[in-house]
Amino acid sequence: MSMEIASNSHYRDHSTARMTKDKLFLGIVIGLAILTISPIVLIIYKLIVKGIKQISFSFIFETTPNTYEAMTALASGERIPGGILNGITGTLLMVVMAALIAIPVGIVTGVYLYENQKKKLAAIVRNTADIIQGTPSIVLGLIAYIWVVKHITMGFSALAGSVSLSIMMLPMIVRSTEETLKMIPNTLKEAALAMGVPYYKVIIRVLIPTGFSGLLTGILLSVSRVIGETAPLMLTALGSTMVNWDLSKPTSAIPLLVWEFYNDPNMVDLIWSTSLLLMGIVLLFNLLSRQFAKSRK
Amino acid sequence: MMNENTIQINNPVLSVRNLSVAYDQNVAVKNVSVDFKKNAITAIMGPSGCGKSTLLRAFNRMHELYENIHTTGEIILNGTDIMKLPPIRVRRHMGMVFQRPNPFPTMSIYDNVIAGYKLNGIRLKHSEKDEIVERSLTDVALWDEVKDALFKKGTFLSGGQQQRLCIARALAFNPEVILLDEPTSALDPIATAKIEELLVELKKQYSIIMVTHNMSQAARISDFSLFMYLGEMVEYDKTKVMFTTPKDKRTEAYLTGKFG
Ligand SMILES: Nc1ncnc2c1ncn2[C@@H]1O[C@H](COP(=O)(O)OP(=O)(O)O)[C@@H](O)[C@H]1O
Ligand SMILES: [Mg+2]
Repeated sequence: MSMEIASNSHYRDHSTARMTKDKLFLGIVIGLAILTISPIVLIIYKLIVKGIKQISFSFIFETTPNTYEAMTALASGERIPGGILNGITGTLLMVVMAALIAIPVGIVTGVYLYENQKKKLAAIVRNTADIIQGTPSIVLGLIAYIWVVKHITMGFSALAGSVSLSIMMLPMIVRSTEETLKMIPNTLKEAALAMGVPYYKVIIRVLIPTGFSGLLTGILLSVSRVIGETAPLMLTALGSTMVNWDLSKPTSAIPLLVWEFYNDPNMVDLIWSTSLLLMGIVLLFNLLSRQFAKSRK
Repeated sequence: MMNENTIQINNPVLSVRNLSVAYDQNVAVKNVSVDFKKNAITAIMGPSGCGKSTLLRAFNRMHELYENIHTTGEIILNGTDIMKLPPIRVRRHMGMVFQRPNPFPTMSIYDNVIAGYKLNGIRLKHSEKDEIVERSLTDVALWDEVKDALFKKGTFLSGGQQQRLCIARALAFNPEVILLDEPTSALDPIATAKIEELLVELKKQYSIIMVTHNMSQAARISDFSLFMYLGEMVEYDKTKVMFTTPKDKRTEAYLTGKFG
């Protein structure tokens, strides 16, 4: 009897000690989790509080004011006139153009890697993609500057901006294409080949449609990554106060405007609303890509 | 040359002579010569790893898709040496059904049936498509079950239904031979029984070659049986004869459950 109690209490002691440890551990985990998300919560809070009053119809449908207009408005305590239409259209133009370059090149390269797993050239391409992924974006901007600004458009241009962004998008599209194709069961490929379908048609009509949501996830993620890029655009697209659809001309972009507003004491108030919009767009693409990743299975 | 433990088949649909297949240096099928009967079910049996799948996949030249696989020998389909034709054309004359049902997940039931035409870019009239779909699905006894859901994804069907859909897909091209590699090994007994019933029905129109790991399945539905061991064709005979009076000791050992 006493033996039983003793062993029982021993067991209980042990378990309370363990429970305290568990609780402590859980506390630390929750604390760290809160610490991790607090900066993002604080940023979003700040952006909304300081930025929301600038966001209006004209913020989205008018171009940036000049510094005197801003100064006058500031002096009389009014809302700063104008908006960031030139940045929105510039980002749209350059991101779409970058995607048009990066998607076909990236998918073809990804298919090549998938088909030639063990070839030496594939290993080189794969490593190059990793290196590009790790290259500071300003260096990629410099490359686009040398290729496009100096030699093709003979000056700052939207095309140069697009090229710098497309180089950044490439590795992500290449790797997500390769990974997606690898996940497709081999027997699906063989089922098509066994019907006498030529290899390239199997890739285009079976593998790519089957992995479509995976490819889309990679594309959306890469878009969400480059939308906020500023440094490479400073060296390539430069910026503009007007709406520009000409690929050979300098062009504004939303992140470029954040930087410009930051440097102009009369317009510095606009950084909050502009960042809020940028953040919203990036978040949207992120959520979209997650949605597609989920629908994959 | 044919060894003594084989039988002569008149007017065969498919003839194989001195067929060998090697994965790099590893010879998985050794010098097989055999004739397959028209409008019959031939079962390829043998313990796991003896080369059944390798032999079957040589018939429609699937091995040529892989650089490390080397095939030698002759394959004659209805009198034509198909080793001399482009593999793509050869494959369209033979339907293939795999171990696991593999309908195309992006396609509807309807499109899965005519996938061979669609993927090859062969244009058909609407009425032709409808006719092929109905005929093929009827042939596999799936028409009544899916005729109101033709435009749903094939992957929504049960495993057994999916496998019948895959057989329908193989039939849509009117192949001369249907090759099946353990088509029921991933299915439950009821779905298996349905497929077996179906194959017996299909042999009236098609010639069927089926790999099976299941002896009793071979005994139930096949007309001819081919027994393989360590890459060699050990014995080939009418199923009834082989199961009652096997000529080779290895065949007898296998049939009495001594290995595999
Ligand atoms: N893709 C492959 N690469 C290398 N060896 C293989 C491959 N597929 C099968 N083999 C080998 O070939 C032999 C026969 O395999 P297989 O034809 O699949 O046998 P079975 O279908 O009778 O089980 C086995 O020894 C197997 O290890
Ligand atoms: Mg096998």
